[in-house]
Amino acid sequence: MSQRLVNWFKYSSPATFYGLAGKLVPWFAASSVVLFAIGLYIGFFMAPTDFQQGEAYRIIFIHVPAAWMSMFLYLLMAGYAALGLIFNTRLSGMMAQAIAPTGALFTFIALWSGALWGRPTWGTYWVWDARLTSELILLFLYVGFIALQASIEDPRRADKAGAVLAIVGAINVPIIYFSVQWWNTLHQGASVSLTRAPSMASVMLAGMLIMVFACWFYSIAVVLVRVRAIMLERERSSAWVAEQLADAHA
Amino acid sequence: MTTVVFFVIVVSLFPLGVGPEMDRLRPLAAGVLWVAALLASMLSLGRLFAADYADGSLEQLLIAPQPLSLLVLGKILAHWLVSGLPMVLIAPVLGIQYDLTGAPLLVMTLSLLIGTPVLSAIGAVGAALTLGLRGGGVLIALLVLPLYVPVIIFGAGAVEATQSGIGPEGHLSLLAAFLMLSLVVGPLAAATALRISVE
Repeated sequence: MSQRLVNWFKYSSPATFYGLAGKLVPWFAASSVVLFAIGLYIGFFMAPTDFQQGEAYRIIFIHVPAAWMSMFLYLLMAGYAALGLIFNTRLSGMMAQAIAPTGALFTFIALWSGALWGRPTWGTYWVWDARLTSELILLFLYVGFIALQASIEDPRRADKAGAVLAIVGAINVPIIYFSVQWWNTLHQGASVSLTRAPSMASVMLAGMLIMVFACWFYSIAVVLVRVRAIMLERERSSAWVAEQLADAHA
Repeated sequence: MTTVVFFVIVVSLFPLGVGPEMDRLRPLAAGVLWVAALLASMLSLGRLFAADYADGSLEQLLIAPQPLSLLVLGKILAHWLVSGLPMVLIAPVLGIQYDLTGAPLLVMTLSLLIGTPVLSAIGAVGAALTLGLRGGGVLIALLVLPLYVPVIIFGAGAVEATQSGIGPEGHLSLLAAFLMLSLVVGPLAAATALRISVE
Protein backbone atom coordinates (compact mmCIF):
# COMPACT_ATOMS: atom_id res chain seq x y z
CA MET A 1 0.00 0.00 0.00
CA SER A 2 2.68 2.43 0.99
CA GLN A 3 4.55 1.44 -2.17
CA ARG A 4 1.54 2.45 -4.27
CA LEU A 5 1.22 5.76 -2.47
CA VAL A 6 4.83 6.54 -3.24
CA ASN A 7 4.22 5.78 -6.90
CA TRP A 8 1.18 8.03 -6.98
CA PHE A 9 3.08 11.01 -5.77
CA LYS A 10 6.37 10.31 -7.48
CA TYR A 11 5.54 12.45 -10.52
CA SER A 12 3.93 15.24 -8.55
CA SER A 13 7.40 16.58 -7.91
CA PRO A 14 8.75 18.87 -10.63
CA ALA A 15 12.18 17.23 -10.50
CA THR A 16 10.84 13.80 -11.54
CA PHE A 17 8.06 15.09 -13.75
CA TYR A 18 10.48 17.17 -15.79
CA GLY A 19 12.16 14.06 -17.16
CA LEU A 20 8.90 12.19 -17.71
CA ALA A 21 7.40 15.15 -19.59
CA GLY A 22 10.51 15.40 -21.71
CA LYS A 23 10.18 11.74 -22.72
CA LEU A 24 6.46 12.05 -23.48
CA VAL A 25 6.58 15.20 -25.60
CA PRO A 26 8.03 13.69 -28.83
CA TRP A 27 5.47 10.85 -28.81
CA PHE A 28 2.49 13.12 -28.41
CA ALA A 29 3.88 15.65 -30.87
CA ALA A 30 4.53 12.99 -33.52
CA SER A 31 1.14 11.28 -33.12
CA SER A 32 -0.53 14.67 -33.25
CA VAL A 33 1.14 15.47 -36.56
CA VAL A 34 0.17 12.07 -38.00
CA LEU A 35 -3.42 12.38 -36.81
CA PHE A 36 -3.69 15.93 -38.15
CA ALA A 37 -2.49 14.68 -41.53
CA ILE A 38 -4.99 11.79 -41.58
CA GLY A 39 -7.83 13.92 -40.24
CA LEU A 40 -7.27 16.73 -42.73
CA TYR A 41 -6.97 14.24 -45.60
CA ILE A 42 -10.31 12.69 -44.67
CA GLY A 43 -11.80 16.13 -44.14
CA PHE A 44 -10.71 17.56 -47.47
CA PHE A 45 -10.70 14.58 -49.83
CA MET A 46 -12.76 11.70 -48.49
CA ALA A 47 -15.74 13.27 -46.71
CA PRO A 48 -18.66 13.88 -49.10
CA THR A 49 -19.96 17.36 -49.81
CA ASP A 50 -22.86 18.27 -47.55
CA PHE A 51 -26.10 18.59 -49.52
CA GLN A 52 -27.27 21.58 -47.50
CA GLN A 53 -24.14 23.47 -46.59
CA GLY A 54 -21.93 22.64 -49.57
CA GLU A 55 -18.17 22.70 -49.08
CA ALA A 56 -18.34 25.26 -46.29
CA TYR A 57 -19.26 22.63 -43.74
CA ARG A 58 -15.70 21.23 -43.90
CA ILE A 59 -14.71 23.83 -41.36
CA ILE A 60 -16.29 21.64 -38.68
CA PHE A 61 -13.20 19.45 -38.85
CA ILE A 62 -11.35 22.15 -36.97
CA HIS A 63 -14.28 24.07 -35.47
CA VAL A 64 -15.87 21.29 -33.46
CA PRO A 65 -12.63 19.86 -32.01
CA ALA A 66 -11.51 23.38 -31.06
CA ALA A 67 -14.82 24.14 -29.36
CA TRP A 68 -14.70 20.86 -27.42
CA MET A 69 -11.11 21.40 -26.40
CA SER A 70 -11.79 24.97 -25.28
CA MET A 71 -14.42 23.84 -22.80
CA PHE A 72 -12.64 20.71 -21.72
CA LEU A 73 -9.34 22.47 -21.12
CA TYR A 74 -11.06 25.03 -18.90
CA LEU A 75 -12.42 22.24 -16.71
CA LEU A 76 -9.03 20.55 -16.70
CA MET A 77 -7.37 23.82 -15.73
CA ALA A 78 -9.88 24.38 -12.92
CA GLY A 79 -9.33 20.77 -11.81
CA TYR A 80 -5.57 21.23 -11.58
CA ALA A 81 -6.09 24.56 -9.85
CA ALA A 82 -8.35 22.92 -7.28
CA LEU A 83 -5.81 20.13 -6.72
CA GLY A 84 -3.14 22.72 -6.13
CA LEU A 85 -5.30 24.62 -3.68
CA ILE A 86 -6.36 21.52 -1.74
CA PHE A 87 -3.13 19.49 -1.61
CA ASN A 88 -0.76 22.44 -1.91
CA THR A 89 1.24 20.74 -4.65
CA ARG A 90 3.59 22.88 -6.69
CA LEU A 91 3.10 21.08 -9.97
CA SER A 92 -0.68 21.54 -10.15
CA GLY A 93 -0.42 25.31 -10.28
CA MET A 94 2.21 25.06 -12.99
CA MET A 95 -0.03 22.75 -15.02
CA ALA A 96 -2.97 25.16 -14.69
CA GLN A 97 -0.74 27.99 -15.81
CA ALA A 98 0.52 25.93 -18.75
CA ILE A 99 -2.97 24.90 -19.89
CA ALA A 100 -4.47 28.41 -19.93
CA PRO A 101 -2.85 29.75 -23.14
CA THR A 102 -3.68 26.59 -25.10
CA GLY A 103 -7.28 26.77 -23.90
CA ALA A 104 -7.50 30.42 -24.90
CA LEU A 105 -6.02 29.56 -28.30
CA PHE A 106 -8.64 26.87 -28.95
CA THR A 107 -11.41 29.20 -27.81
CA PHE A 108 -10.16 31.78 -30.26
CA ILE A 109 -9.91 29.22 -33.08
CA ALA A 110 -13.46 28.04 -32.37
CA LEU A 111 -14.77 31.61 -32.51
CA TRP A 112 -12.79 32.52 -35.59
CA SER A 113 -13.61 29.40 -37.60
CA GLY A 114 -17.22 29.71 -36.47
CA ALA A 115 -17.35 33.24 -37.85
CA LEU A 116 -15.93 32.09 -41.18
CA TRP A 117 -18.47 29.27 -41.27
CA GLY A 118 -21.35 31.55 -40.28
CA ARG A 119 -20.81 33.89 -43.22
CA PRO A 120 -21.75 31.43 -46.01
CA THR A 121 -24.36 29.49 -44.03
CA TRP A 122 -26.10 32.05 -41.81
CA GLY A 123 -25.17 35.05 -43.96
CA THR A 124 -23.38 36.85 -41.16
CA TYR A 125 -20.05 36.59 -39.39
CA TRP A 126 -21.47 37.10 -35.96
CA VAL A 127 -24.81 36.65 -34.26
CA TRP A 128 -25.53 37.09 -30.57
CA ASP A 129 -26.42 33.47 -30.27
CA ALA A 130 -26.16 31.39 -27.12
CA ARG A 131 -23.17 29.28 -28.03
CA LEU A 132 -21.21 32.05 -29.65
CA THR A 133 -21.79 34.32 -26.70
CA SER A 134 -20.87 31.74 -24.11
CA GLU A 135 -17.74 30.83 -26.07
CA LEU A 136 -16.83 34.53 -26.14
CA ILE A 137 -17.30 34.76 -22.39
CA LEU A 138 -15.16 31.66 -21.98
CA LEU A 139 -12.42 33.52 -23.85
CA PHE A 140 -12.81 36.43 -21.42
CA LEU A 141 -12.49 34.01 -18.49
CA TYR A 142 -9.26 32.58 -19.94
CA VAL A 143 -7.89 36.08 -20.51
CA GLY A 144 -8.80 37.07 -16.96
CA PHE A 145 -7.01 34.01 -15.57
CA ILE A 146 -3.89 34.68 -17.62
CA ALA A 147 -3.92 38.38 -16.73
CA LEU A 148 -4.31 37.69 -13.03
CA GLN A 149 -1.44 35.21 -13.00
CA ALA A 150 0.75 37.55 -15.02
CA SER A 151 0.24 40.48 -12.66
CA ILE A 152 1.22 38.63 -9.48
CA GLU A 153 4.95 38.31 -9.06
CA ASP A 154 5.08 35.70 -6.32
CA PRO A 155 4.35 32.43 -8.20
CA ARG A 156 2.82 30.74 -5.15
CA ARG A 157 0.34 33.55 -4.69
CA ALA A 158 -0.28 33.65 -8.44
CA ASP A 159 -1.15 29.94 -8.44
CA LYS A 160 -3.52 30.19 -5.52
CA ALA A 161 -5.22 33.38 -6.68
CA GLY A 162 -5.61 31.90 -10.16
CA ALA A 163 -7.02 28.74 -8.57
CA VAL A 164 -9.73 30.66 -6.72
CA LEU A 165 -10.63 32.49 -9.92
CA ALA A 166 -10.68 29.30 -12.00
CA ILE A 167 -12.91 27.53 -9.47
CA VAL A 168 -15.35 30.43 -9.17
CA GLY A 169 -15.34 30.57 -12.97
CA ALA A 170 -16.01 26.84 -13.19
CA ILE A 171 -19.03 27.19 -10.90
CA ASN A 172 -20.21 30.04 -13.09
CA VAL A 173 -19.58 28.38 -16.47
CA PRO A 174 -22.71 26.17 -16.43
CA ILE A 175 -24.79 29.10 -15.16
CA ILE A 176 -23.48 31.34 -17.92
CA TYR A 177 -24.00 28.58 -20.44
CA PHE A 178 -27.64 28.01 -19.57
CA SER A 179 -28.49 31.66 -19.04
CA VAL A 180 -27.13 32.55 -22.45
CA GLN A 181 -28.97 29.60 -23.92
CA TRP A 182 -32.30 30.76 -22.55
CA TRP A 183 -31.46 34.27 -23.63
CA ASN A 184 -31.10 33.52 -27.33
CA THR A 185 -30.50 30.45 -29.45
CA LEU A 186 -29.85 30.12 -33.16
CA HIS A 187 -26.92 27.71 -33.22
CA GLN A 188 -27.88 24.22 -34.30
CA GLY A 189 -28.11 21.56 -31.64
CA ALA A 190 -25.16 19.27 -31.11
CA SER A 191 -24.66 16.92 -34.05
CA VAL A 192 -22.85 14.40 -31.92
CA SER A 193 -24.13 13.14 -28.61
CA LEU A 194 -23.63 10.07 -26.48
CA THR A 195 -27.32 9.31 -26.13
CA ARG A 196 -28.40 8.99 -29.75
CA ALA A 197 -27.03 8.08 -33.16
CA PRO A 198 -24.96 10.86 -34.75
CA SER A 199 -26.78 12.86 -37.41
CA MET A 200 -23.90 12.90 -39.88
CA ALA A 201 -22.18 10.58 -42.32
CA SER A 202 -19.79 8.13 -40.69
CA VAL A 203 -16.84 9.34 -42.79
CA MET A 204 -17.39 12.87 -41.55
CA LEU A 205 -17.69 11.61 -38.01
CA ALA A 206 -14.50 9.58 -38.31
CA GLY A 207 -12.60 12.53 -39.70
CA MET A 208 -13.86 14.76 -36.95
CA LEU A 209 -13.01 12.33 -34.18
CA ILE A 210 -9.52 11.89 -35.59
CA MET A 211 -9.15 15.66 -35.57
CA VAL A 212 -10.34 15.71 -31.95
CA PHE A 213 -7.59 13.29 -31.00
CA ALA A 214 -5.09 15.30 -33.03
CA CYS A 215 -6.05 18.41 -31.08
CA TRP A 216 -5.84 16.42 -27.86
CA PHE A 217 -2.31 15.21 -28.52
CA TYR A 218 -1.30 18.64 -29.72
CA SER A 219 -2.59 20.13 -26.46
CA ILE A 220 -0.79 17.55 -24.36
CA ALA A 221 2.49 18.07 -26.19
CA VAL A 222 2.33 21.85 -26.03
CA VAL A 223 1.25 21.92 -22.40
CA LEU A 224 4.06 19.58 -21.44
CA VAL A 225 6.64 21.70 -23.26
CA ARG A 226 5.27 24.80 -21.59
CA VAL A 227 5.15 23.24 -18.16
CA ARG A 228 8.79 22.18 -18.54
CA ALA A 229 9.73 25.78 -19.27
CA ILE A 230 7.71 26.99 -16.28
CA MET A 231 9.38 24.41 -14.04
CA LEU A 232 12.84 25.52 -15.12
CA GLU A 233 11.98 29.15 -14.62
CA ARG A 234 10.41 28.79 -11.20
CA GLU A 235 12.92 26.36 -9.76
CA ARG A 236 15.98 27.91 -11.38
CA SER A 237 17.79 28.11 -8.04
CA SER A 238 17.24 24.45 -7.15
CA ALA A 239 19.79 21.67 -7.47
CA TRP A 240 17.89 19.51 -10.01
CA VAL A 241 17.64 22.36 -12.50
CA ALA A 242 21.38 22.94 -12.25
CA GLU A 243 21.92 19.22 -12.96
CA GLN A 244 19.53 19.26 -15.92
CA LEU A 245 21.20 22.26 -17.44
CA ALA A 246 24.65 20.80 -16.86
CA ASP A 247 23.53 17.60 -18.63
CA ALA A 248 22.13 19.59 -21.50
CA HIS A 249 25.37 21.47 -21.95
CA ALA A 250 27.57 18.43 -21.64
CA MET B 1 -21.92 58.76 -3.38
CA THR B 2 -19.62 58.98 -6.40
CA THR B 3 -20.91 55.55 -7.46
CA VAL B 4 -24.47 56.72 -7.85
CA VAL B 5 -23.39 59.92 -9.61
CA PHE B 6 -21.37 57.82 -12.05
CA PHE B 7 -24.45 55.64 -12.57
CA VAL B 8 -26.63 58.68 -13.34
CA ILE B 9 -24.05 60.18 -15.71
CA VAL B 10 -23.56 56.97 -17.71
CA VAL B 11 -27.31 56.50 -18.07
CA SER B 12 -27.67 60.13 -19.17
CA LEU B 13 -24.95 59.76 -21.80
CA PHE B 14 -26.78 57.10 -23.78
CA PRO B 15 -29.55 59.34 -25.17
CA LEU B 16 -26.81 61.72 -26.31
CA GLY B 17 -25.18 58.87 -28.18
CA VAL B 18 -28.13 57.02 -29.70
CA GLY B 19 -30.56 59.91 -30.15
CA PRO B 20 -33.40 61.31 -28.03
CA GLU B 21 -36.41 59.53 -29.64
CA MET B 22 -38.44 57.91 -26.87
CA ASP B 23 -39.47 55.03 -29.14
CA ARG B 24 -35.83 54.10 -29.50
CA LEU B 25 -34.92 54.68 -25.86
CA ARG B 26 -37.76 52.72 -24.28
CA PRO B 27 -36.56 49.24 -25.34
CA LEU B 28 -33.00 50.21 -24.41
CA ALA B 29 -33.85 51.37 -20.90
CA ALA B 30 -33.37 48.14 -18.99
CA GLY B 31 -30.15 47.23 -20.77
CA VAL B 32 -28.63 50.68 -20.33
CA LEU B 33 -29.49 50.86 -16.65
CA TRP B 34 -28.14 47.39 -16.03
CA VAL B 35 -24.87 47.99 -17.86
CA ALA B 36 -24.44 51.26 -15.97
CA ALA B 37 -25.19 49.48 -12.68
CA LEU B 38 -22.58 46.80 -13.49
CA LEU B 39 -19.90 49.37 -14.24
CA ALA B 40 -20.76 51.57 -11.26
CA SER B 41 -20.77 48.63 -8.87
CA MET B 42 -17.44 47.43 -10.25
CA LEU B 43 -15.78 50.84 -9.98
CA SER B 44 -16.26 51.01 -6.24
CA LEU B 45 -14.96 47.46 -5.65
CA GLY B 46 -11.37 48.60 -5.36
CA ARG B 47 -12.19 50.35 -2.10
CA LEU B 48 -13.80 47.28 -0.58
CA PHE B 49 -10.63 45.98 1.09
CA ALA B 50 -7.94 48.46 0.00
CA ALA B 51 -8.16 50.86 2.97
CA ASP B 52 -8.22 48.00 5.49
CA TYR B 53 -5.27 46.42 3.73
CA ALA B 54 -3.28 49.66 3.81
CA ASP B 55 -3.76 50.43 7.52
CA GLY B 56 -3.42 46.84 8.68
CA SER B 57 -6.93 46.36 10.04
CA LEU B 58 -7.48 43.63 7.45
CA GLU B 59 -4.94 41.47 9.27
CA GLN B 60 -6.91 42.02 12.45
CA LEU B 61 -10.00 40.77 10.62
CA LEU B 62 -8.07 37.69 9.46
CA ILE B 63 -7.11 36.72 13.01
CA ALA B 64 -10.46 37.66 14.56
CA PRO B 65 -12.30 34.83 16.37
CA GLN B 66 -15.32 35.20 14.09
CA PRO B 67 -15.26 33.26 10.79
CA LEU B 68 -13.67 35.37 8.08
CA SER B 69 -16.42 34.61 5.57
CA LEU B 70 -18.97 36.14 7.97
CA LEU B 71 -16.91 39.32 8.23
CA VAL B 72 -16.58 39.38 4.45
CA LEU B 73 -20.36 39.02 4.20
CA GLY B 74 -20.61 42.14 6.35
CA LYS B 75 -18.25 43.91 3.97
CA ILE B 76 -20.38 42.83 1.02
CA LEU B 77 -23.54 44.14 2.68
CA ALA B 78 -21.80 47.44 3.43
CA HIS B 79 -20.67 47.71 -0.18
CA TRP B 80 -24.20 47.09 -1.36
CA LEU B 81 -25.65 49.64 1.06
CA VAL B 82 -23.39 52.43 -0.20
CA SER B 83 -23.26 51.50 -3.91
CA GLY B 84 -26.14 49.17 -4.80
CA LEU B 85 -29.01 50.54 -2.75
CA PRO B 86 -28.63 54.19 -3.88
CA MET B 87 -28.72 52.99 -7.48
CA VAL B 88 -31.92 51.05 -6.78
CA LEU B 89 -33.47 54.16 -5.21
CA ILE B 90 -32.54 56.47 -8.09
CA ALA B 91 -33.42 53.93 -10.81
CA PRO B 92 -37.17 54.83 -11.03
CA VAL B 93 -36.27 58.45 -11.80
CA LEU B 94 -33.86 57.40 -14.55
CA GLY B 95 -36.44 54.92 -15.85
CA ILE B 96 -38.95 57.77 -16.27
CA GLN B 97 -36.33 59.62 -18.32
CA TYR B 98 -36.41 56.62 -20.64
CA ASP B 99 -40.22 56.71 -20.73
CA LEU B 100 -40.73 53.58 -18.65
CA THR B 101 -43.95 53.61 -16.66
CA GLY B 102 -46.11 51.28 -14.61
CA ALA B 103 -45.23 47.61 -14.39
CA PRO B 104 -41.94 47.68 -16.38
CA LEU B 105 -40.61 50.49 -14.17
CA LEU B 106 -41.54 48.58 -11.05
CA VAL B 107 -40.01 45.34 -12.35
CA MET B 108 -36.79 47.11 -13.31
CA THR B 109 -36.41 48.56 -9.84
CA LEU B 110 -37.21 45.18 -8.33
CA SER B 111 -34.67 43.40 -10.57
CA LEU B 112 -32.01 45.93 -9.53
CA LEU B 113 -32.95 45.39 -5.89
CA ILE B 114 -32.45 41.62 -6.21
CA GLY B 115 -29.53 41.77 -8.63
CA THR B 116 -27.20 44.42 -7.22
CA PRO B 117 -26.29 42.41 -4.08
CA VAL B 118 -25.13 39.63 -6.43
CA LEU B 119 -22.77 42.14 -8.06
CA SER B 120 -21.34 43.03 -4.66
CA ALA B 121 -20.91 39.37 -3.68
CA ILE B 122 -19.17 38.35 -6.92
CA GLY B 123 -17.18 41.57 -6.93
CA ALA B 124 -15.81 40.91 -3.45
CA VAL B 125 -14.00 37.85 -4.84
CA GLY B 126 -12.38 39.96 -7.54
CA ALA B 127 -11.49 42.69 -5.06
CA ALA B 128 -9.87 40.18 -2.71
CA LEU B 129 -7.90 38.53 -5.53
CA THR B 130 -6.46 41.79 -6.87
CA LEU B 131 -5.66 43.27 -3.46
CA GLY B 132 -2.42 45.25 -3.59
CA LEU B 133 -1.63 44.44 -7.23
CA ARG B 134 -0.34 46.87 -9.80
CA GLY B 135 -3.08 47.89 -12.23
CA GLY B 136 -5.67 46.29 -9.98
CA GLY B 137 -8.45 48.53 -11.30
CA VAL B 138 -8.35 47.28 -14.88
CA LEU B 139 -7.62 43.74 -13.79
CA ILE B 140 -10.69 43.62 -11.57
CA ALA B 141 -12.86 44.56 -14.56
CA LEU B 142 -11.33 41.72 -16.54
CA LEU B 143 -12.02 39.22 -13.75
CA VAL B 144 -15.42 40.31 -12.60
CA LEU B 145 -17.34 41.50 -15.66
CA PRO B 146 -17.54 38.06 -17.37
CA LEU B 147 -18.91 36.62 -14.15
CA TYR B 148 -21.65 39.27 -14.09
CA VAL B 149 -23.18 37.94 -17.32
CA PRO B 150 -26.07 35.91 -15.86
CA VAL B 151 -27.13 38.83 -13.65
CA ILE B 152 -27.48 41.27 -16.53
CA ILE B 153 -29.22 38.70 -18.73
CA PHE B 154 -31.96 37.99 -16.22
CA GLY B 155 -32.09 41.50 -14.77
CA ALA B 156 -32.68 43.14 -18.12
CA GLY B 157 -34.65 40.09 -19.30
CA ALA B 158 -37.22 40.56 -16.54
CA VAL B 159 -38.07 44.04 -17.83
CA GLU B 160 -38.23 42.86 -21.41
CA ALA B 161 -40.49 39.95 -20.42
CA THR B 162 -42.83 42.41 -18.70
CA GLN B 163 -42.91 44.68 -21.74
CA SER B 164 -43.73 41.78 -24.04
CA GLY B 165 -46.44 40.47 -21.71
CA ILE B 166 -44.80 37.20 -20.61
CA GLY B 167 -44.44 38.29 -17.01
CA PRO B 168 -41.23 38.70 -15.03
CA GLU B 169 -41.68 35.93 -12.43
CA GLY B 170 -39.33 33.41 -14.04
CA HIS B 171 -36.51 35.89 -14.51
CA LEU B 172 -36.88 37.35 -11.04
CA SER B 173 -36.95 33.88 -9.45
CA LEU B 174 -33.71 32.94 -11.20
CA LEU B 175 -32.18 36.25 -10.16
CA ALA B 176 -33.16 35.49 -6.57
CA ALA B 177 -31.59 32.05 -6.92
CA PHE B 178 -28.32 33.69 -8.04
CA LEU B 179 -28.58 35.95 -5.00
CA MET B 180 -28.83 32.98 -2.65
CA LEU B 181 -25.98 31.12 -4.37
CA SER B 182 -23.68 34.13 -4.52
CA LEU B 183 -24.29 35.03 -0.88
CA VAL B 184 -23.07 31.53 0.05
CA VAL B 185 -20.20 31.09 -2.41
CA GLY B 186 -19.07 34.72 -2.63
CA PRO B 187 -18.00 35.27 1.00
CA LEU B 188 -16.31 31.85 1.16
CA ALA B 189 -14.31 32.42 -2.02
CA ALA B 190 -13.49 36.01 -1.06
CA ALA B 191 -12.29 34.90 2.37
CA THR B 192 -10.00 32.29 0.76
CA ALA B 193 -8.73 34.91 -1.67
CA LEU B 194 -8.05 37.37 1.16
CA ARG B 195 -5.93 34.83 3.02
CA ILE B 196 -3.96 34.20 -0.18
CA SER B 197 -3.47 37.91 -0.84
CA VAL B 198 -2.38 38.82 2.66
CA GLU B 199 -0.12 35.91 3.58
